[in-house]
Amino acid sequence: MNIGRSTERGFTRRDFLRMGGAGLAGAALLGGAACGGSKSSGPVTLTFWSWVPDIENEIKLFEKAHPNIKIKYVNAGQGTPQYTKLRTALKSGTGAPDVVQIEFQYIPTFRQIDALADLSQHGANGVKDDFVGWTWDQVSDGSKVYAIPQDSGPMGLLYRKDIFDEHGLKVPETWEEFAQEAKKLHEADSEVYMTDFPPNDGGWVNGLLWQAGSRPFKGSGDQLTISINDAAAKKVAEYWQALLDAGVVDMAPDFNNEWYSALDTGKYALWVSAAWGPVFLSGVAKQSEGKWRAALLPQWNAGEQISANWGGSTSAVIDQTDFPEEATEFAIWLNHNSKSAKMLADKSFLFPTLEGLLISSEFLNKTDPFYGDQEVNSVFAESSKQVDLGFQWSPFQDYVYTQMTEQLGRVSSGDITIPAALDNVQNQVVQYARSQGFKVTE
Amino acid sequence: MSSQVSPEEKSQRSEGPSAGGRRWRQQAWVPYLFLMPFMVLFVIFLVLPLVYALGISVFETRLVGGTAFVGLDNYLRAFGDANFWQGVRRMVVFGVFQVPIMLGLALVFALVLDSGIIWLRNLFRLGFYLPYAVPSVVAALIWGYLYGPSFGPFTQLAELLNFPAPNFLSNTWMLASIANIVTWTFTGYNMIIMYAALQSLPAELEDAAAVDGAKGWQIALYIKVPLIRSAIFLTVIFSIIGTLQLFTEPRIMWAIAPQVIGDHYTPNLYAYTLAFTNQEYNYSAAISFVLGAVVVVFSYTFMLLTNRGELRSR
Repeated sequence: MNIGRSTERGFTRRDFLRMGGAGLAGAALLGGAACGGSKSSGPVTLTFWSWVPDIENEIKLFEKAHPNIKIKYVNAGQGTPQYTKLRTALKSGTGAPDVVQIEFQYIPTFRQIDALADLSQHGANGVKDDFVGWTWDQVSDGSKVYAIPQDSGPMGLLYRKDIFDEHGLKVPETWEEFAQEAKKLHEADSEVYMTDFPPNDGGWVNGLLWQAGSRPFKGSGDQLTISINDAAAKKVAEYWQALLDAGVVDMAPDFNNEWYSALDTGKYALWVSAAWGPVFLSGVAKQSEGKWRAALLPQWNAGEQISANWGGSTSAVIDQTDFPEEATEFAIWLNHNSKSAKMLADKSFLFPTLEGLLISSEFLNKTDPFYGDQEVNSVFAESSKQVDLGFQWSPFQDYVYTQMTEQLGRVSSGDITIPAALDNVQNQVVQYARSQGFKVTE
Repeated sequence: MSSQVSPEEKSQRSEGPSAGGRRWRQQAWVPYLFLMPFMVLFVIFLVLPLVYALGISVFETRLVGGTAFVGLDNYLRAFGDANFWQGVRRMVVFGVFQVPIMLGLALVFALVLDSGIIWLRNLFRLGFYLPYAVPSVVAALIWGYLYGPSFGPFTQLAELLNFPAPNFLSNTWMLASIANIVTWTFTGYNMIIMYAALQSLPAELEDAAAVDGAKGWQIALYIKVPLIRSAIFLTVIFSIIGTLQLFTEPRIMWAIAPQVIGDHYTPNLYAYTLAFTNQEYNYSAAISFVLGAVVVVFSYTFMLLTNRGELRSR
């Protein structure tokens, strides 16, 4: 793990030669191989699915630097809709893209159906050291590499300074302080909640479980150890259930108009968010400009420095592609070329996974008027350093999320508690995994 | 056969059946030619997918272990699946309330339009039909906004008038909210069917009844409605089939209120989730066929109860 390197190298000539060398070596190997993935002599067209806004700019740069490769860009939807289309295309054998944007949490899901090509065959390990350690962990398996990290979502708090000042609250550093501040706030103003616990956002819940040390999935191949309701998860569940019971946090679905307005109008004083949150919030809560600030996540034990990740994507190459060589080249270039990566960070506001960018002072010192000119990036860069390692996703993550939403929905209508919801999810997922042929231990 | 046959007819007939028959046989394939475009599309988009679904429903593909033949296992599982039957039960409750209201409204509108007691008849006819022309996804999205608990117009109006607005997207109200959307969409459609049937009734009946002293509503209730029974019957069958297969509105509401809808709110939604979230394509196919069987049972039961149907020749 190589976090916090002292030299700000950027993309040097040596790197370029290394990449080029790896690419040439790969090409030579492939040139000799008889089976699929031939390096075409003419211009190659790759299909690229992504939902990152304005990514056409980076694509144009790539095409200029690689005249024999053309990229056909398709926005096939954001998140789940794109994954559904991708699975359908894969199952039918045609129509799948060559390079595709896949979030970290879905990599095992697509690995399970053998959809992703092993990029180490085409020199991906050459860029391993330039990426933040835990992000490379998530995309690789030993020396095999299944995707190139693009952006990440280390978690942190976005809070309303004006509301905090008005009620004399201080930024909580532990979850216990958070609970106390929440009670204080709601007692002072019963129209305001400290924050919202969304019942429809498995990714968010997972982030909290991750931070507490829960490890719901372990294993590889067809061996799975499932413990969605382990002790750490139960701790988180009981904590938030207590807050719900006390009526100091709300339970409403997130990422819809109601929720944006609630943040904007101050119904919620705080959003437990991630590194992509600041820019997103500034787009949907325009009236509260200047009133927000960023802070690190509260800790379970005072003095600890543990964070978690929520969201973030990678670029993966589909195994069915006719041009694995060129596709890998594009996937690596898009996320590793310094100009491209910088553009993704500056213009598309993706939180970088490249070490070099994360420690650049230009990035860290950037101020944001929406956040009262706070250097928001440095808060989340710090969080990125603290992301706990060893969190593994399931090979059927969308099933897990659907079950979570189902059970948390019952919590929001008052049928069950959050700990019970976790138990139910555990039972459902174990049953499903076993029916799908996995050897499951609990 | 009359004994008074004209000489021309006699000579025509004496040409022999072969000449006319030959002419008929030469043109026997023409009707099939007209049917061909429909048949081709029907086979490709309905029959073949059904056969494919039937085929995969007797297999099982697992994430680990590949595909295996399992015979009727999927169907047995479907019959014992609480999620599926919960969805069916929900749709029956939905249908018992929503279908009579919708068809009742459609009938009233059709009768009012047909009686000619209002001006601008065509404008109203168009107006009632327009909701059906709105794509159902768009309609569901718009209603989702209208139902919004904080910023929807209904809630704002209620707050203005100082009484508590129901949370349309909550557990208790969701079914009624969806019923509202479906009624809004399909009343016009059913009305047009009934209106067309009413228009084809001979005017003499109405005149005769008027002469006998029947008032407007009596004519409607005792003369017109019984005569368009087959059109009403048609709309009921369509409604039964459509209700049991409800998908679009719950699917859109799922995006707005996922904690209320869940993954098995209606049987069709369950089949969709099984295929596209759980990747259990084979079981999804089996569920679809079991749902089809349920639809057949309900439709046939209704036909038996009303003791009518296409089986009886006109």
